[in-house]
Order: sequence, then structure tokens, then C-alpha cells
Amino acid sequence: MRLLFGAAAAVALTFLALPVVAIFLRVSPTTLVHELSDPVARDALVVSLRTSALAQALVVGLGTPTAYLLATRRFRGRTVLLTLVELPLVLPPAVAGIGLLAAFGRTGLLSTSIPFTQLAVVLAIAFVSAPFFVRTAVASFEGLDPTLIAAARTLGAGPWRVFARVALPLAASGLGAGLALSFARGLGEFGATIMFAGSLQRVTQTLSLAIYAEFARNFDVALAMGALLVAFSFILLLVVKWLSFGWTSPFRSAPSSSA
Amino acid sequence: MAELRLDVAVSLRTFELRVALDVHAETVAVVGPSGAGKSTLLRAIAGLVPARGRVEVDGRDWSALATERRSVGFVFQDYALFPHLSVRGNVAFGGPPEDLLERLGIAQLADAHPRDLSGGERQRVALARALARKPEVLLLDEPLAALDAHTRDMTRVELRATLRELGLPTIVVTHDFVDAAALADRVGVLVDGALVQVGRADELISAPVSAFVARFAGGNVLHGHAHRADTLTSVELDDRNVIVSTDDAQGEVAAVVYPWDVTLARAMPSDSAQNHVQAEVTSVVPVANRVRVTVGAVTAEITAESAQRLQIREGDLLVASWKATATRLVAL
Repeated sequence: MRLLFGAAAAVALTFLALPVVAIFLRVSPTTLVHELSDPVARDALVVSLRTSALAQALVVGLGTPTAYLLATRRFRGRTVLLTLVELPLVLPPAVAGIGLLAAFGRTGLLSTSIPFTQLAVVLAIAFVSAPFFVRTAVASFEGLDPTLIAAARTLGAGPWRVFARVALPLAASGLGAGLALSFARGLGEFGATIMFAGSLQRVTQTLSLAIYAEFARNFDVALAMGALLVAFSFILLLVVKWLSFGWTSPFRSAPSSSA
Repeated sequence: MAELRLDVAVSLRTFELRVALDVHAETVAVVGPSGAGKSTLLRAIAGLVPARGRVEVDGRDWSALATERRSVGFVFQDYALFPHLSVRGNVAFGGPPEDLLERLGIAQLADAHPRDLSGGERQRVALARALARKPEVLLLDEPLAALDAHTRDMTRVELRATLRELGLPTIVVTHDFVDAAALADRVGVLVDGALVQVGRADELISAPVSAFVARFAGGNVLHGHAHRADTLTSVELDDRNVIVSTDDAQGEVAAVVYPWDVTLARAMPSDSAQNHVQAEVTSVVPVANRVRVTVGAVTAEITAESAQRLQIREGDLLVASWKATATRLVAL
């Protein structure tokens, strides 16, 4: 039994690690850095960072109060709302893209001129990554000790002060973990972005889109951007683990699940 | 003079909590078994659970006020200190901290975090925090329950002194009659949501209204059938022993005798004014400088010297004796 499970684990881990390892084996670190100075890669990096930062600001700014309400209030239709928030998690990216077009397109519900602008990238990223943040944030707020909230209220704290001075600081590491997950998901966004925002260099072409655009033309540049995304993702996942399990565990025997 | 007037009702799962109580500048302990509604009573006063009726402080009605507008100092059972704030931060959450840190002897801990404090220190921080907003009413939920036996004895004395000094209408909830008697001016016994008796601890001990109160106050409760004859009432106990009491009663009763009124002997004394029950010793438990010895249905509390002299061992046949005047007869 031990042998059989060991073999299965070896195959699975090799399969999961191989593509990641391949990226780094194919190009040397120096070429990697060199390829990243390619204008396409540089522009894509700037677009990715700027849109991700804006999108995550939106996600945190609106998602935090939403999560707090969902976690602390009991009302009819709460389960439906929670499900709605989580829907983008399982939605095919193509559906997200067509949905965004149907909502914000020139002939869409709100008939805006957002599509194929950088704002469209921001919205696409926010749409697909928000559930990662909101779900984690709801869980963090729900996990707060209700007696601490009660204690704050007996000390004269109104709803706003309870939120700002007690709930928010105590849920902070959970919110941080949610943000890191959401950030990682947003960086990799592809399907919804290409449908809703297109792939215009310097405007809407993010790293993910640039990899797709470059891989037939200049495989090494695509690889370099891929390596960069792997590094980002790895760091973000580490951040999630640190925030979830404290600063002592990640290199020892951390629980294996993330958030 | 500060005064808290309560007449509140809260529907709980299996019964209704219904308490009418006036608390002046004094400490009232509410005691009772777990699940009797003690914590709910405090939460209702603080507005943390919805309640019907009135909560009045110095004539002002609090019933419609949100928790944060009620001037209560609340010490929670596990103290509920904010883990992300220092001791000073915790106290300052309610109001200016410096005087209180000084007064409760925790000034040297001001920068420490709750996780680094001992149980007794946490208790003092929780009390300081509760006092920081200068509350008109003080509510303490099992303030000693989280402490080990040694710390508990010391903290009980300190807390008693602090409460005296504050002179606020104070309600202390506890499941321990000893804590209640030590901390409070008056003790109320809460059973299934109702206060069955309120009075000084010694009143509850000398005149319990029910077998439940007597047992809670530490008494032995023996069931039996009472017959009044001349000046004494004789009670035939369920185990066929007959005892006498100076109380007047007829029919089914509970005979109450306190462990400190019971003496033990090896042989049957020839003293007819006393009650004697001969039985086997089932347990011998030292408590501080005294020993609690259970003889049949009766527990006696005797001095360590007496226990030494009698050489008591489990399984010994002993005679437990107590006076007729120390036998109280109450309703079941």
C-alpha cells in the first residue's frame, strides 16, 4: 500500500512540477532577464501591474464592506447572495467575457464605451477575482469571536467603531490572504479580458495575453513572461500561507491547504 | 444614590427568564446552576440580547437604548480582551486608562499583550477596561471561573475590596455559592429563569426557602416524612433513620443540615437532644485545613485535628451527630 501510494504521489507531483520546471530549464536566468526587456514584455508588465492594482483596489474597497455585511447580518436571501458572489469562481471565462460585453458593451444593458479600454481590463480582472477575496473575507469576519464584538459595544463603540477598531484589525490577516489569492487569480486572467478588452499592446495587453500573442513569434519572450508569472504566483501563495498560518510555519510543516 | 431597577423577561429555548430586582449601590450575586439564565440576565441588562420589560438606572429607562448607549461596565466570563491591543489599548478602548492601570496595580503591564498575561492579570485588565468608560452599572459574568484555585482566593479578596470602594450597583453572576457569599452584599438564587430567593448569604443559609437553595448553599438535604409532636418535629428519613428538628413541619419535607454543624464519633454518644446517624464513611476529602467526610447520606466538615484524632478511613463505621436546632425543615 505504501509503495502504491508513494508511486501515485510521485507521478502526480512530477506531472504538476514538470511544466513549471521546464520554463526555468529552457532559459537561463540571464536570458530570462534579458528577454523581459523586450518592449512587448515591458508594456505587458506595466499594463498587468496597473490594471491588477486598480482592480484589487476596487475588489478590496467594495468587497470588504460587502463581506462584513454578508458575515454579520442574517436576512432572507443571504444564501442566494453568497452563491451569487461565488458564481464567477465556476463561471467559464468565456461566459464572464460575454456577460461583461452584454452589460457594458456599446449595445449592452448600460451601453457604455468601456470595452477595449484599459478600464475594461480592470473590470474583467475585478469580476473574476473578487470571489476569491470576498469568500475569504466573509469567512474571516464570520470567524471573529462574537464576545469581542459584544465587549466593544459595551465599551461604547457604535457599529462603525466596532468595524474599524475590532473587526477589521482582527480579520486583517484573513483579508490579506484573500487579497493575495485574488491578486494571483487576477494576474492570470485571460478569457474574459481578451473578449471584453481585446489584446492591444500598451493598452489592454496583460502578461497573460502577451504570452499568448508572443509564443508563436518569439517563444523565449513568452517563456520569460511565463517565468515571471510563475514567480509572482509562487510569492503570492506563500503570502497566503503566511497570513493564514502565521509567520513561523511555512518552511516547516504548514498545513497543506491554502486559505 | 445610584440605583438599578430591573423588570425584564427574555424567552429562552425551554423556559422564560423573568427577573424583577432592585440593586442599590451594592453588589448582588446571582447564583444558580449552568443554564439557569444567569448570563442571559446580564446580557439583557447590557442590551446584548433583546428583552421585554424595563431596565431603569436612576429613573432613566434604558430599554430602548442600543448597547453602546447603555452605561455598563461588563466583565465577560473569559474576559474577552482584545488580542490585537496592548493592556493600555484595551483599557483605553473604554476611556482614559492611566488612573485605572495605576489603581488596579497593572501599570507595569501597560505595554504587554493579553496573551502574555496570567489569569489574575487578565481579570484585572478586564475590570479596568470595564471601568474605563465610568459606567453607572457594573456587570460581571463569572469573574473568577477562569482562575486556578490559588489565584482565585487572592482575586476574590481584591475584587471584593474594589467593588466595595466603587459603590456602583453591581451584579455578579457565578455558579459558586462561596464566591457569591464572599463578593456580594446580597445573593439571589436563579433557577430555570426565576429568582427563587434573594437575601444575605447568611439568610439563605439559615432560612433557605427550598431544598434547592439549601443544597446550593452547601447543605446536606435529607428527604423524609415529618410528624409534629410537642416542641420537636420528628422526621422519618427515606433510609428509616429518625431525626428531630425544632422547626415546625408536617408531611413530606427536606431536612437540611450544614456540614459545619455535624460532629463525628466512633461510638454512639448518649445525648438524646442530638440527632445521630450511624453509617459507613464513603469519602474523605481534605479542603484547606478542614476535612470533608461523607458518612452515609451526610457530609460533615471537621477540623484536620479531629480527623487526625479519629483516624478516619474510607469504609469505617462512624456516627454523625448534630443538634435538633441545626436541623432545618424546608419544602422539597
